[in-house]
Amino acid sequence: MSLAPASEKPGRSRWAQINPVYFVLLALLVLIVLQNPRFAEPTGYMNFLKRAAPLAILAAGQLYVIVSGGFDLSAGSLITLVVVGSSMLTNNDPNATAWVIAVMYAIGVVVGCVNGLVVTVLRVPSLIATLGMMISLGGLSMMWSGGSPRGYLPDTFRFFGRALIRDVPVIGLLPIAVIVMVVSGLLLWLLMSRTNLGRMIHALGDNPRAAQLAGVPVLPVRLSAFVVSSLSAVTAGILLGGFAGVSTDVGTGYELQAITAAVLGGAQLLGGRGSVPAAIAGALTLQAIFTLLNFMGFPQPLRQVVQGLILIAAVGLAAYRKKQGAG
Amino acid sequence: MSIVIAPLKRMFESRRFERNAAFYLLLLAGLGYVLIAVATGQMQYLTLDNLVSILGRTVALGITAIGQTFAILIASIDLSVASLISAASVLASVVMNGDPGMIVPAILAVAVLGAVVGLINGVLIAYFDVNPLIATLAMSLIIQGILSAFVTNFAGDVPEGFQVFAYGTFAGVPYALILMLLLALGAWFVLRHTRFGANIYSVGGNPAAARSAGIRTSRVIISAHLICSLCAALAGIYLASRLRAGAPWIGADGVYDLESIAVVVIGGTVLSGGRGGIWGTMAGVMIFSLLDSIFNLTGVDAFVKQVLRGVIIVGAVALYSYRSGRIAA
Repeated sequence: MSLAPASEKPGRSRWAQINPVYFVLLALLVLIVLQNPRFAEPTGYMNFLKRAAPLAILAAGQLYVIVSGGFDLSAGSLITLVVVGSSMLTNNDPNATAWVIAVMYAIGVVVGCVNGLVVTVLRVPSLIATLGMMISLGGLSMMWSGGSPRGYLPDTFRFFGRALIRDVPVIGLLPIAVIVMVVSGLLLWLLMSRTNLGRMIHALGDNPRAAQLAGVPVLPVRLSAFVVSSLSAVTAGILLGGFAGVSTDVGTGYELQAITAAVLGGAQLLGGRGSVPAAIAGALTLQAIFTLLNFMGFPQPLRQVVQGLILIAAVGLAAYRKKQGAG
Repeated sequence: MSIVIAPLKRMFESRRFERNAAFYLLLLAGLGYVLIAVATGQMQYLTLDNLVSILGRTVALGITAIGQTFAILIASIDLSVASLISAASVLASVVMNGDPGMIVPAILAVAVLGAVVGLINGVLIAYFDVNPLIATLAMSLIIQGILSAFVTNFAGDVPEGFQVFAYGTFAGVPYALILMLLLALGAWFVLRHTRFGANIYSVGGNPAAARSAGIRTSRVIISAHLICSLCAALAGIYLASRLRAGAPWIGADGVYDLESIAVVVIGGTVLSGGRGGIWGTMAGVMIFSLLDSIFNLTGVDAFVKQVLRGVIIVGAVALYSYRSGRIAA
């Protein structure tokens, strides 16, 4: 969106330059309100935003890796590791929350660095590198918990995912998770669109050889993209830990949903194009679709079918628009 | 020391090493297996029968990986194989439903299913320019969604006569293993000795050049995906015969999508297409199977095993990619 292609014809209306994901999201939200008017009340839409927060944060982080030209398949299993690891480390002690969260972010940095180093130094394609990480982290979660995670996270830890601020003027109530989403979204947006790092990530994804020749330090830039993705996964994991109980499949499938969300937001796979707000809108769109299907009483499996169809439509449409733009 | 290291270093740096790396790895895995069996005094695992049984466990992954090789050679990828395997196993078993007379219609039905899925994948990728990862991922969601809407438990019944496919042996070698090897032989012949095979390498290596040279690239892409899906469908039939019924979770349980990709890449076929081959893939399948056997011999904890597996996949691929000089993404 912020990167309107230079080939855009001047005669085209300004509407055509706005990322279509925003219109789709708007239309879906209108449909949901028509189905269920209570959704327009603060409890309705705040609950929706709260549910969508982990995916939105994850998608914004995943976008960094996608724009740099790769994939991060390890995000979902990192979420699981964060939830399982936190429950093991806190051991029901409410005072442990602060240092446990610090440890989790440290783990995130390590995972991101390992992914980045394997891709840049060992030159393993990120699909395989992060797939290996996903398998290994899955095993680590099982090892750590002995196969059957036990206990609960203390309320101080679950605060971020569960707590609400009540009696807020105008909007009534405000979940902490939504604040976390807005703050991380803003940070990631600024980092991507207002700093040199963001520009270098774009350059690297667009044409790695050209970027390298132009003096982009490939290793640190790619490393930061993977670290950002891992840190967003840790944040998403902390929120998800507050939502529900501890299990070894909390994060399962989240990496693919995050990629779907980024793609819905117009991110170009294999790099060079993407925007953080649009990726977050993509995540909200995906969540809105699930909510709508839920209201309409679709069984769980059919949601998968719809997700698949939407994915094909979104990517097919993007490819079509690109062809039109090029021709 | 340098007497040993210098030739090793030269071997590692030679061009031929890259082509044969999968076989060196296989040798290493085989050697490791034998050493550990001897060291732990479990000599009963060093018989020919045991080798056959190790190979027998690879059939489903092997057949799937043969198909996946075609997809990856044209610089595509197929993430829908796992769901297709589940769907094929359920469809085969439901159509047969214990009646030996329905074996042939069941196989035909599954073949049609595989062909339709492969065709849709190929058309989406070749004509609609949908990124292969996304197209086949979406296809996987659609198949699994439809399947789960109808079936949640073991479905259908495979008649005794068809269980022979998974359990029957010829001179001690399972039929299914023979079938897999014949399939690999056929794939090798197609890739190395036919025009279609040459086209696959051209399209994977440089699609623009292939098109300029007059190759109908779309057709090659669609055919490769047809082959990939038909192989996955066959793996589904095999698993139905082995479990004696169709199970809607069998593909996802075996992680056949990601494992088949890992095996192909360990076998030296590059993800960017145009380089690699069937025998590397077969070596990759056997490496995986030998590793599993080594883990079993040593009694490594199941979770530790999973961690090691992830590390080994990355390590094996790094062996090729490290010296490639390409910038990976």
